[in-house]
Amino acid sequence: MHLIESGNVAAATGVKLSRVQVVAAYPITPQTPLTEKLSEFVAEGSLDSEYIPVESEHSAMAVCIAASSAGTRTFTATSANGLLYMNEQLHWAAGARLPIVMCVVNRGIGAPWTVWNDHQDSISQRDGGWIQLYANDHQQIIDTVIKAFRLAETVSIPVMVCYDGYLLSHTYMPFDTPDQDKVDSFLPAFNPINKLDPENPSNFNSVTLPDVRPDVRGNMAPGYMEIRHGLHQDMRRSMDVLQEIDQSFFEEFGRGGNPFLEPYRCDDADHVVVCLGSLSYHMRDVIDELRAEGTAVGVMGVQLYRPFPDQAIVDALAGKRSVMVFEKALSYGNQGALYADIKSALYTCTERPLICNHILGLGGREIKTKHLYDAVKQSCENPETMGDTPRWIGLKCQDNG
Amino acid sequence: MEIKTRTLTLTEEEWVHPGNRACAGCGLGIVYRTALKALGKNTILVVPPSCLTVLQGLYPIAATKLPCVNVTFASTGAAASGVRAAMRALKKEKVNVVAFAGDGGTGDIGIQALSGACERGEDILYICYDNEAYMNTGVQRSGTTPQGVVTTTTPIKGKPQVKKDVPAIVAAHRIPYLATASAAYPLDLYDKVRKAITIKGPKYIHVHTPCPPGWGFDTRYTIKVGRMAVETGLFDLYEKDAEGFRLTDASLKLTGKERKPVIDYFKTQGRFKSLSESMVSDIQKEVDLKWAGYC
Repeated sequence: MHLIESGNVAAATGVKLSRVQVVAAYPITPQTPLTEKLSEFVAEGSLDSEYIPVESEHSAMAVCIAASSAGTRTFTATSANGLLYMNEQLHWAAGARLPIVMCVVNRGIGAPWTVWNDHQDSISQRDGGWIQLYANDHQQIIDTVIKAFRLAETVSIPVMVCYDGYLLSHTYMPFDTPDQDKVDSFLPAFNPINKLDPENPSNFNSVTLPDVRPDVRGNMAPGYMEIRHGLHQDMRRSMDVLQEIDQSFFEEFGRGGNPFLEPYRCDDADHVVVCLGSLSYHMRDVIDELRAEGTAVGVMGVQLYRPFPDQAIVDALAGKRSVMVFEKALSYGNQGALYADIKSALYTCTERPLICNHILGLGGREIKTKHLYDAVKQSCENPETMGDTPRWIGLKCQDNG
Repeated sequence: MEIKTRTLTLTEEEWVHPGNRACAGCGLGIVYRTALKALGKNTILVVPPSCLTVLQGLYPIAATKLPCVNVTFASTGAAASGVRAAMRALKKEKVNVVAFAGDGGTGDIGIQALSGACERGEDILYICYDNEAYMNTGVQRSGTTPQGVVTTTTPIKGKPQVKKDVPAIVAAHRIPYLATASAAYPLDLYDKVRKAITIKGPKYIHVHTPCPPGWGFDTRYTIKVGRMAVETGLFDLYEKDAEGFRLTDASLKLTGKERKPVIDYFKTQGRFKSLSESMVSDIQKEVDLKWAGYC
């Protein structure tokens, strides 16, 4: 069935089709309509789920952590400061290996307050042990939510599905909603081996010591470091799992096929622009324009940011003349996080491209196609002038500090 | 008719292993053992960081025979709500979902999640063991530390502020069952837990829990100190439900009788060493006024 709806409704529909059992959420702009839609689904009876209207994001993730530990499929969503308020809970959910799925409707972080889009919120959580997927349009939002549950439950790692606030959350686009019976066969019911159960009692997340200790039968149990090593290993392994899941989704629904990176006109390109989220689609207009003028340039969206698909990045970018990373976030005092990660991945290449970093769109600052065009064109024409210092696009009143 | 459990009628079944990591003379050891006897097998526990986290043992060994999820400090009320939601979703409605937290985890850092759970009417039992300071980190003041008490963050002069009345804050949510209890009266606690789990909705039991190293008394006096708090009228045992407020057990027996002076309680513990005569006199007046209201 085709719908013309907002990105938030696409996400809510994906959650409903995934037959989530416990939802807990606290409203925050621009995530709010997603939360409202889910409460509407539950109230009207089209989604058979518990809906817990918690008093904070910290508690939203607490409900998900506990309900997931008890063996139910759980979901929440948030944005910006709400995500940051969850911070310790995010690390907890990952360390406890709980397959929670959360939509992060990307928004800039205060102070000063902004409700508009950038990527600083989810980027700031990249090191917490969550898988991060970025959707570029409404179809990808609904599809990614469904795939995210299967991925999370296969590898026992929580998954963030990130999409741009307002640009995607509040705009309307047509998208296909998969049939429920097909989703049911793609995503079987969640039934974990370990869960809170009076018939089979165990103590979850108890205190560990720096070294390993034997259990009551004398068998050596893993310590904190082994448990955390396991998380890292399984995060790396989740790339193969995502590939398989994406392939299986492609066979069933006819969409997907490239879960890590989404290249556009990159094959014969000398220069490649890289970005996260809907910006990579916006950039396609610029690429078409420059291609028409004879510049061999393409754009590549990064859909999987954690675990970082470094080999795929190398395969896609090695041998290119230049790489331009456009980012709506940065690691203050250094560079864009995506830029630093890509640069690091390319270090192993024998043919390292020139690389530069553009920071733009913070706090919803309008990204004009003309600005993108000028920045890409300039870099393509004079790649040797590229430096390591991020260039800021769209800054105004610089004389005023 | 309410059944009063006696030592002879108390179940022998234990859910806490002996030889756990509680300190010698730990009031929580009594509270935890007693409450779990009352709860029985069909229970899931939710525990934030506290002395109980340590009592329960270090991975991969646990002192508790019931399923337990350790959660972040500020999240206990919400986490218990999450377990309850999962039990509803899984059609396991009869499982007791019980949060077990210290006074800091309840009245300070955890009060928002507790308030949210109470306001939403979550079907959980929340047990707060109040040892009147942050004991697990080594005796720092909490919101529920009494006035004048010396802790490591209220050194020399003692805490200037009065103890936060956490049960009164919880009662303001108009939950169906609220009680106070004491580690020194385990059978009263036992019966209150038994009663609480028969009631649907949020239940709260606030348990006064003496702590030998934190309060500065010898490990053999845990019960004596706990009883003294009740006998002097400083800590009162009561229930509050749809039928209203009533004193229970030892506190009920005190009505119309002369109580021991509060100074007798203060003298049993090192933590009150900085209390001046005038402060003791003020506290005595306050206790007398409170009890005048009970009669």
